[in-house]
Amino acid sequence: MLPHTLIFLPRRPEMAFAYFPHTDEDVKKMLGKAGLSSMDGLYADVPEKFLFKGEFDLPDAMSETEVRREFERLASMNTRLKVFAGAGAYDHYSPAVVPYIFSRSEYLTAYTPYQAEVSQGTLRYIFEYQTMMSELTGMDCSNASMYDGPTSAAEASMMMLACTKRKSKVLLSETLLPQVIEVVETYAKYHGFALTVIPHVGGVSDKEGIIGRLAAGDVAGVIVPGINRFGIIEDLSGLAEAMHSSKALLTVYSDPSALAVLKSPGEWGADIACGEAQSLGIPLSFGGPYLGFLTCRQEFVRKLPGRIVGETTDTAGRRSYVLTLQAREQHIRREKATSNICSNQSLMALYVTVYLSLMGPEGMKDVNSLSYGGAHYLHRRLLETGRFEEAFDGKPFLKEFALRSLIPADRLQEELLKAGFFGALPLGDGIVTFCVTENRTKEEIDALTDVIASIGL
Amino acid sequence: MKYYDKLIFELSKTGRRGYTLPACKWEDGLDGIPENLKRNHAPELPEVSEPDTVRHYVNLSNMNFGVDTGFYPLGSCTMKYNPRINEEMASHPGFSGLHPLQPAETVRGAMELYRILSDALCAVTGMSAFTLNPFAGAHGELTGLMIMRQYHFSKGDTKRTKIIVPDSAHGTNPASAAVCGLEVVQVKSTANGTVDVNDLKPLLDDTVAGIMMTNPNTLGLFESEISEIADLVHAAGGLLYYDGANMNALLGKVRPGDMGFDIMHLNLHKTFSTPHGGGGPGAGPVGVAGFLREYLPYPSVGADVSGGYTWAKGSHTAGRISGFHGNFGVLIKAYAYILMLGRQNVKNAGPYAVLAANYIKESLKDCYKLPIGSVCKHEFVFDGLADAPEGVTTLDVAKRLLDYGFHAPTIYFPLLFHQSIMIEPTETESVETLDAFIEAMRKIAGEAAENPEILKSAPHNTPVSRPDETQAAVHPILKYRRQS
Repeated sequence: MLPHTLIFLPRRPEMAFAYFPHTDEDVKKMLGKAGLSSMDGLYADVPEKFLFKGEFDLPDAMSETEVRREFERLASMNTRLKVFAGAGAYDHYSPAVVPYIFSRSEYLTAYTPYQAEVSQGTLRYIFEYQTMMSELTGMDCSNASMYDGPTSAAEASMMMLACTKRKSKVLLSETLLPQVIEVVETYAKYHGFALTVIPHVGGVSDKEGIIGRLAAGDVAGVIVPGINRFGIIEDLSGLAEAMHSSKALLTVYSDPSALAVLKSPGEWGADIACGEAQSLGIPLSFGGPYLGFLTCRQEFVRKLPGRIVGETTDTAGRRSYVLTLQAREQHIRREKATSNICSNQSLMALYVTVYLSLMGPEGMKDVNSLSYGGAHYLHRRLLETGRFEEAFDGKPFLKEFALRSLIPADRLQEELLKAGFFGALPLGDGIVTFCVTENRTKEEIDALTDVIASIGL
Repeated sequence: MKYYDKLIFELSKTGRRGYTLPACKWEDGLDGIPENLKRNHAPELPEVSEPDTVRHYVNLSNMNFGVDTGFYPLGSCTMKYNPRINEEMASHPGFSGLHPLQPAETVRGAMELYRILSDALCAVTGMSAFTLNPFAGAHGELTGLMIMRQYHFSKGDTKRTKIIVPDSAHGTNPASAAVCGLEVVQVKSTANGTVDVNDLKPLLDDTVAGIMMTNPNTLGLFESEISEIADLVHAAGGLLYYDGANMNALLGKVRPGDMGFDIMHLNLHKTFSTPHGGGGPGAGPVGVAGFLREYLPYPSVGADVSGGYTWAKGSHTAGRISGFHGNFGVLIKAYAYILMLGRQNVKNAGPYAVLAANYIKESLKDCYKLPIGSVCKHEFVFDGLADAPEGVTTLDVAKRLLDYGFHAPTIYFPLLFHQSIMIEPTETESVETLDAFIEAMRKIAGEAAENPEILKSAPHNTPVSRPDETQAAVHPILKYRRQS
């Protein structure tokens, strides 16, 4: 299975393995206690035909040196690019303290905090995380996190159905990221709820189209983005009121980094907020691990899926924290649980909690204004090259924007790749998106613009 | 471990900063954003210095117990050692800087890793193809059941809406089935703890999509009648799903694919040593038999004619179940572990884990009630103390263990017994560690008889004593509120 150019020295079979502390003497002692004469006795209850007797198609055991070499080989097959793309994964800077804290083994090697007395570290940072996510989204409560943004939207859909009994349909705005729509479609197909995607109008959610669907009375709620797939900041005014007057709910899918400066889901009147928190400094890491979030208004907390941490006191009256409201969860409720999720992305929640602590309100504002400034500068420069037209003229954006390319989109991306840039993500109809974060310099933006200006029309 | 009573918000003071960023050099401020799209006021996040932040999170970490702190015999969680080389490889800049949507030709190494890891998982499980996209065990179960349903759908068979789940199963099984739109039918266990084949037979008809099994089951017992069960379920047109939660028992010894399972998931954070991270991120790859390859979720990694890789989508794909292609950083760690294990050491992983479980079981069965005495696999269950004085419970034993410097086992699961204590030691623990644990368990059994109060009020040596869970649930405080 490994490329044949790699040949490793075979290990001597009698060599001890660094992770297994067993000496022959230990094995003998343990077998003796178990009343067995050989290791085979441990599997005496397994039908003979199922005992694997061949050689596993795996490489010979490696030393750490060889493992490093193998990863160097793989890493050298990747090309590191200057990232001018977003679409749900953003290249933001993370202070050095964050990965340091994140790699402490007390956090890294712990399990879910079931034994609260020896898990107060995990429980406290989750409580801090819940506080910060509630604050950013303008909601009353947060769970302890979800797998990623798209699955948080799927959970939000099922939550809207659970909160509005006897309704069977969920609406999605087409301006959500494609991967969000596709994941919700998958969950809808098997869970068994109706889903309608409402086409966009001029690059933004069709609020009238959404409201027009409510008359039938079967809509549990709608998910719309705060910032959409074209990078446009959506104006959601009036939507919550219209949904509520039909006893339906509003969920806003958001970029929590941008929520430091943009109107929060709570301020738009939303009932639930969900989205992808990778933008809070989590490395791109080829798509994961990332961090989904899910927050809601107080009245829906008992329908919120996932872990939740609450504050209480111990027998000596000391402030302490526990997993709470567990009557919602699968290990108690089995098939009647609010979701099958039985974990959270705990360590990633720690990551963004430390990130947000260091950045604070000022830092988050700076991240956004640096990204905004760079993105608007690039937008202007690209239009000046004569290779683009406005896609959705005058619509406000933050760090990501869409243009209509006059150069075929695949050729545009190809030329950028050759020069070491990753940008101009194609969204069909000649529309491409670019993204600029605080990690991009003016020199890089100018260089990217020069590459594009040199492409013949 | 020592108690530390701060929240980051309580260290905050207006004007403090914990970050540095390049000075702003753009003409455009945020003023260009229309007022009605802006927040009314800045979010109330902490304002703290860098040193204060570091100290805060180090102090918090000191209240946590991890595998690196001590023995963690948590049943069904496989708390094995998490090698540091795994962590280092996962933060390699050659992977951590890759955008998930980069064109295939710029991420060939990452895609090759995806392929090689899939092949390695096939080799140890006997399955034909894997998706690495699912984020966790529960997500893997859901994905596997979607594949099962999609298989029946694609044959035009829409009436298979039931799934059979043993009464000993993890709660996640029925919950995943419900999210997948399946009706759960429970099959009973026999007195010796395995699936009752006679109870299963009448449940099988053309409305059954399949069966979910954990083998060894949650009692740590191998389902010896698996051959007959597989034949019965297949004859009824159903598929067999293998819950890989307990795969560590079989690693290197028995392959689920050889036992007739059609679909399975693995927990890389259990069997393949990636850290649990206080609850995640994990990874729950799903493997299938050859005839289900085209049903895997997309994107998957395919090979192109020139020996490179492409993103592929099976002709009958169950759909997209993740934003991109799984918890890639976790996959890196599992691959590093497999390279270290190699084909030589993998053969000892399961057997050493099973040996450790049997050693503990036999060393404690005189003081703890052992409902099923046969050879166990990687874990086993006691039904509480052999001689429990009035009012002394499994919870008390678990809490007292914390005082002796061990993490508690899984308690009150499986539900088949009232006082379950589920112990799983793993293959990375030395016999000296196991002996120390056995000694502590024996001491606790003695204390229960002589001084039960010390158990009932335990733990005594931890940063906090038992928190009031009722108060937390009745009056939920789920976020910090600044004292006015």
